[in-house]
Amino acid sequence: MTHKQDMLRGVMDAGDNVIVTGPSIYVYEAPVRLWHWVNALCITILAITGYFIGSPLPTMPGEASDSFVMGYIRFAHFSSGQVLAVAFLARILWAFFGNKYSRQIFYLPVWEAAWWKGVKRELRWYLFLEKEPYKYIGHNPLAHAAMFMMFTLFNLGMIITGFALYSEGAGRGSLPDQAFGWVFILFPNSMDVHTIHHLGMWVIVIFAMIHIYAAIREDIMSRQTMISTMISGERQFRDEREG
Amino acid sequence: MGAAVETFYDVIRRQGITRRSFVKFCNLTAASLGLGPVAATEMAHALETKPRIPVIWMHGLECTCCSESFIRSAHPLVKDVVLSMISLDYDDTIMAAAGHQAEAILEETRQKYKGQYILAVEGNPPLNEDGMFCIDGGRPFVEKLKEMAADAMAVIAWGACASWGCVQAAKPNPTQAVPIDKVIKDKPIIKVPGCPPIAEVMTGVVTYVTTFGKLPTLDRQGRPEMFYSQRIHDKCYRRPHFDAGQFVEAWDDESARKGYCLYKMGCKGPTTYNACSTVRWNGGVSFPIQSGHGCIGCSEEGFWDKGSFYDRLTTIRQFGVEATADQIGMAAAGAVVAGVAVHTAATVVKRLTSGSHKSDS
Repeated sequence: MTHKQDMLRGVMDAGDNVIVTGPSIYVYEAPVRLWHWVNALCITILAITGYFIGSPLPTMPGEASDSFVMGYIRFAHFSSGQVLAVAFLARILWAFFGNKYSRQIFYLPVWEAAWWKGVKRELRWYLFLEKEPYKYIGHNPLAHAAMFMMFTLFNLGMIITGFALYSEGAGRGSLPDQAFGWVFILFPNSMDVHTIHHLGMWVIVIFAMIHIYAAIREDIMSRQTMISTMISGERQFRDEREG
Repeated sequence: MGAAVETFYDVIRRQGITRRSFVKFCNLTAASLGLGPVAATEMAHALETKPRIPVIWMHGLECTCCSESFIRSAHPLVKDVVLSMISLDYDDTIMAAAGHQAEAILEETRQKYKGQYILAVEGNPPLNEDGMFCIDGGRPFVEKLKEMAADAMAVIAWGACASWGCVQAAKPNPTQAVPIDKVIKDKPIIKVPGCPPIAEVMTGVVTYVTTFGKLPTLDRQGRPEMFYSQRIHDKCYRRPHFDAGQFVEAWDDESARKGYCLYKMGCKGPTTYNACSTVRWNGGVSFPIQSGHGCIGCSEEGFWDKGSFYDRLTTIRQFGVEATADQIGMAAAGAVVAGVAVHTAATVVKRLTSGSHKSDS
């Protein structure tokens, strides 16, 4: 087999033309992908139910015993929150066992000059000052920064404030109270914790908007796959040029 | 001051109260504090043998609503607390002595009962201008407070003022009023917040401390757990309407008449720790939610600065603009949507004008 043939993947279209693809790398292992989509679902439910906890639906007619609207909304919120928290814990554990890309969202390599250069380059790309972006196997440096600062930290903050608020209903001496009650030493009035939790929701919603936009845009514009990578785990590159 | 060495039992027997009534009182008080039957016996024993504890009640920056509440206690009657259970040696708003005579009592108590008296503080000290915004007996209240606290056994912080700062510490707090735990660092402090606290809660705390000679179990924020471990919301009789999603939407609407949940009218019950929904007020007659108004959260830290009493979402004040988390969030999300739209358009324009296509690369 010639080198040329080696590059052909045997995919043919109707005109018998063999399609040449770039190299493919397995980036996101199954637990990471599963976590991503569980998270997406949980966050969607949490944001919607959370909004309705703060600003409830119009009042229900009939006897109080006939409906349980707030009860169900809060149940959905609490259960999704617990799934989100368990998933986050599992994700942290996976960072110890998974490949090196599974650890990316938990730290920023601020000590690496190359990373800062990458951030600058990516910013220039988004400001239309670069003709094309670099290729990255994991997150590009700018995405990496957004992921860590807007998602990882805020997700952790939402879990902490969320469980602290949950402990109020669970009661003094309960497990959530013992584990997260210290939040009320920092913020003695739980109204403040509600407000912080609420603002945190908006940060994550805004993160999700930027995240989805960037994923779609880069899927079209960059030199690599984005969306399908989070489904199959494979990242394909559209050219073999360096840089 | 001889009265202070008498026991509670001596005093009430002298007042003609039978032993039977005394035992009944012990049982009732033990029950109201959530203690078991053994505690009633312990309580009776303590009241028979221990000398009455001297209490010094000081007033800083405050409105005297705590005293007003206290003197309306029904279980136990405040008369019993003040005249029998404790030896209230100093309380400048209700005592007979005045001027130098009153000041002399403070000095005497400090010397005679060093480390044995309870210091109850209503109100708080302002620190700005060396404490000149609250002068008591010719000198700043903060000095007197520190002095009396130095030799006290324990300190009771009455009300939102002493516990959290209350209205005089609300923004912008020109006198720099601070809760007493910012000034008294080396003594145990029992916070009994509320504006005012419930009368029975106040006398209950006093009864506990004088009976057992120790502090009640306090929560993380220094409040007695027996009265402050649950939210108004947890024991609210309108809670079923909350769970059902039945809310008052406007004052005097049909839902208000039916007594639905006041959550949307800004009720702070879900974030307020107090005993109002169980103990209630004025001898158990009613409490704010029962009379159709939401809880304003008066026993919570900084309750004056958490936005309107009538909005569920608190406003955040920044750069002179007041907005709720939702208004801020929606504005930011709107800006991001606009940014994404502009960026998309710019991307399309750039692509069309540069003529670059996938096939080129």
